[in-house]
Amino acid sequence: MAEEVQKFKVSIDGISVDVDAGTTILNAARKIGGDIVPPAMCYYSKLEGSGGKCRTCLVKVTKGSEKDPRPMPKLVASCRTTVMDGMEVQNITSPDVVEARKSVVEMLLINHPLDCPVCDQAGECKLQDLGYEHGSENTRYDFPRRTFERIDIGDKIQLHMNRCILCYRCVYVANQLTNTREHGILYRGDHAEISTYIENALDNDYIGNVIDVCPVGALTDKTFRFKNRVWFTKPVNAHRDCPSCSGRVTLWYKGSDVLRVTARKDEYDEVEEFICNTCRFDKKETADWTLEDPTKVSQESVIASNHYTQFQPPAVIPENTPLKEANWEQLARTEKLK
Amino acid sequence: MGRKLLLTHIDVPGIQSYSVYKAQGGYRSVDKALKSMSPDDVVEEVKKSGLRGRGGAGFPTGMKWSFLAKPEGVPRYLVCNADESEPGTFKDRYLMTHIPHALIEGMIVSSYALGAHTSFIYVRGEMMPQIRILEKAIAEAKAAGYLGKNILGSGYDLELYVQPGGGAYICGEETALLESLEGKRGNPRIKPPFPAIAGLYGCPTVVNNVESIAATVPIINDGGEEYAKIGIERSTGTKLISAGGNLAKPGVYEIELGLPVEEFIYSDEYCGGIANGKKLKAVVAGGSSVPILPANLITKTIKGDARLMTYESLADGGFQSGTMMGSGGFIAFDEDQCIVRNTWNFTRFYRHESCGQCSPCREGTGWMEKVLYNIEHGRGTTNDIDLLWDIQRKIEGNTICPLGDAAAWPVAAAIRHFRDEFEWHINHGQEAQNRNYGLAHYADPLEVVTES
Ligand SMILES: Cc1cc2nc3c(=O)[nH]c(=O)nc-3n(C[C@H](O)[C@H](O)[C@H](O)COP(=O)(O)O)c2cc1C
Ligand code: SF4
Ligand code: SF4
Ligand code: FES
Repeated sequence: MAEEVQKFKVSIDGISVDVDAGTTILNAARKIGGDIVPPAMCYYSKLEGSGGKCRTCLVKVTKGSEKDPRPMPKLVASCRTTVMDGMEVQNITSPDVVEARKSVVEMLLINHPLDCPVCDQAGECKLQDLGYEHGSENTRYDFPRRTFERIDIGDKIQLHMNRCILCYRCVYVANQLTNTREHGILYRGDHAEISTYIENALDNDYIGNVIDVCPVGALTDKTFRFKNRVWFTKPVNAHRDCPSCSGRVTLWYKGSDVLRVTARKDEYDEVEEFICNTCRFDKKETADWTLEDPTKVSQESVIASNHYTQFQPPAVIPENTPLKEANWEQLARTEKLK
Repeated sequence: MGRKLLLTHIDVPGIQSYSVYKAQGGYRSVDKALKSMSPDDVVEEVKKSGLRGRGGAGFPTGMKWSFLAKPEGVPRYLVCNADESEPGTFKDRYLMTHIPHALIEGMIVSSYALGAHTSFIYVRGEMMPQIRILEKAIAEAKAAGYLGKNILGSGYDLELYVQPGGGAYICGEETALLESLEGKRGNPRIKPPFPAIAGLYGCPTVVNNVESIAATVPIINDGGEEYAKIGIERSTGTKLISAGGNLAKPGVYEIELGLPVEEFIYSDEYCGGIANGKKLKAVVAGGSSVPILPANLITKTIKGDARLMTYESLADGGFQSGTMMGSGGFIAFDEDQCIVRNTWNFTRFYRHESCGQCSPCREGTGWMEKVLYNIEHGRGTTNDIDLLWDIQRKIEGNTICPLGDAAAWPVAAAIRHFRDEFEWHINHGQEAQNRNYGLAHYADPLEVVTES
């Protein structure tokens, strides 16, 4: 008989959900959806050991569990804290959390320029979103920022260290997905930087995935860089019979040209299945692919400004009964989008 | 004279060597433990002694040991934290240099108690002389049958290794230390799991400070109850204090916990007062990370009680008017010292040593250092003090490991108690720029060391 997985009840911003024991607060929140999902800049569900670093996902645990109802003394990283039965968590309903998140955004933006107009990640950058949601217009930081020359790390990938927020995701990709790791983090503190081992290039069948996981514009695809803005392109799901990966990708079209190939991403901007370099960099003809359907793009994304699918209300509304029952305010906000 | 337990034989010529140490009664605790006590008995004695970790946090050692998971067929490790990189703290180095066998003896007894058969002493990489001293001591202990297979015929095996550390302050944080010991970058791990469950190579591990481990020797020799009779309340036993700054007699002192701070500073047995007959202005009582105390709170608490060298008394008043025992790095500042300059200096250290994993610590320490640099160099603005206050608040409590807090507390306490000095720097920019620290023979020492 299969072992029964213990279920825990946890409430986040007053909305209850039942999850398996061992689930993190972040993933419990993702199960509910909507605004109560904490933002995550370093956690990446597909990468083991990720999370805990950026501190954007901090939440307040106001009740530890049914057994031990004491609140946790400090805010905790929701991506690395597992739920207990009866736990009560505050995300957007806690002024402390909102304040802390604002602080984290301010810190992250110290060494990440807001040069969205010239950054290749514009429109797909979670930090840009966070900046709008939690940042203030003015920064109180008035010292020179650290700057770096761009470097080509391999013939397909460019590193723009200026924009790196040291989330470690690309390092985990290289560690967990490829046979060799040619890059990592050098130095400590605010001197820390991503770099390759001396004169090494990133070339490895799966290394292109570092581009997809980078939450900001620090690692970019040299075959796509500055060919276009992402909101002028049209994403289409496609697949091919690939001997080394699933071959399931998103093609980014401009007219009839495939400008870029990426792995498919889920609603939290995480890659569904990592893809190989051949699919990513070498298959840029429609003839290489079997097209499926237009990629669904969130209505809130700038990429949606170019969508040509039939308008679909965000999936969260009709299906998300807990949200519907528990949070009228949020529901009304989302309904307005219809 | 205060009783001594760790430094009893410090003045005996040749005490560094096995033969002299043994002749002074060394290694008795190993004989006693291995021949007449079970590992659990040893743990019990340590619990009874009330010994609290001497590495900084002051967590009861016996209790920490009893948390160690003991799954079948999985090795357990004892790791001695000899990284000692906190500015102001130099007591472990002193012990290792002068009485290395006290640590080796403690390692054997403690490893036996924990059922560890491989143990490590992780020494800060720069401390090469101490590494050599310890290696020699280990070889001597092994030759005498105190290490290796079947120690004293008891059936207990133990291998002890010295591992040079990564040379970073953060490698003293216990989980970063374990990462470093495993050959990785010394980044703190996210807890839980705690090392007692999954530590070195994923196995149950206890990490203890040098002094904590050395203290198990007198505890086993004389019994936990005897040890607990020294000191007061929840601060039992003796403690090594490394005293520095403007004291007449800086050095490493073994004190009985409960000694009045006033006596520690002014009596001839210890620091002999402030150097050159100057007045005392402030004290950092437990290493650079603990809140600084102004003169009026050093020898008396806010309630007017005599301040004692105990975990409780030093912390009395919380961070508003108290501080912490920390790692016992006692730094005195005389009336001529500049608190702003010192705060900048400490912050410069934390900025340099932050591992850089979490955004508030990585960016916040750098930001504070730059603001402090400006204030110290007469370029501060009126908003800077509030800004600093705000930055430290944003770091504290929001990070993976306590280095973030350690960077925030000194800044908070300096502003809390010495705000007027910060204001002076800001309002008298020109004068602040022109101060002479007696360093005139260097072109501009500050420019050389600052990176902002
Ligand atoms: C940044 C940082 C540096 C530390 N450095 C040391 C150190 O050099 N030596 C030490 O014993 N403990 C150090 N600690 C404390 C250790 O993490 C740990 O608490 C201690 O080694 C436990 O030993 P104890 O229980 O015997 O005190 C440090 C902690 C932090 C956060
Ligand atoms: S390069 Fe990108 S993915 Fe890698 S650490 Fe920096 S921000 Fe993260
Ligand atoms: S608090 Fe600082 S030192 Fe500790 S893990 Fe975070 S960045 Fe590293
Ligand atoms: S996403 Fe949780 S700390 Fe970065």
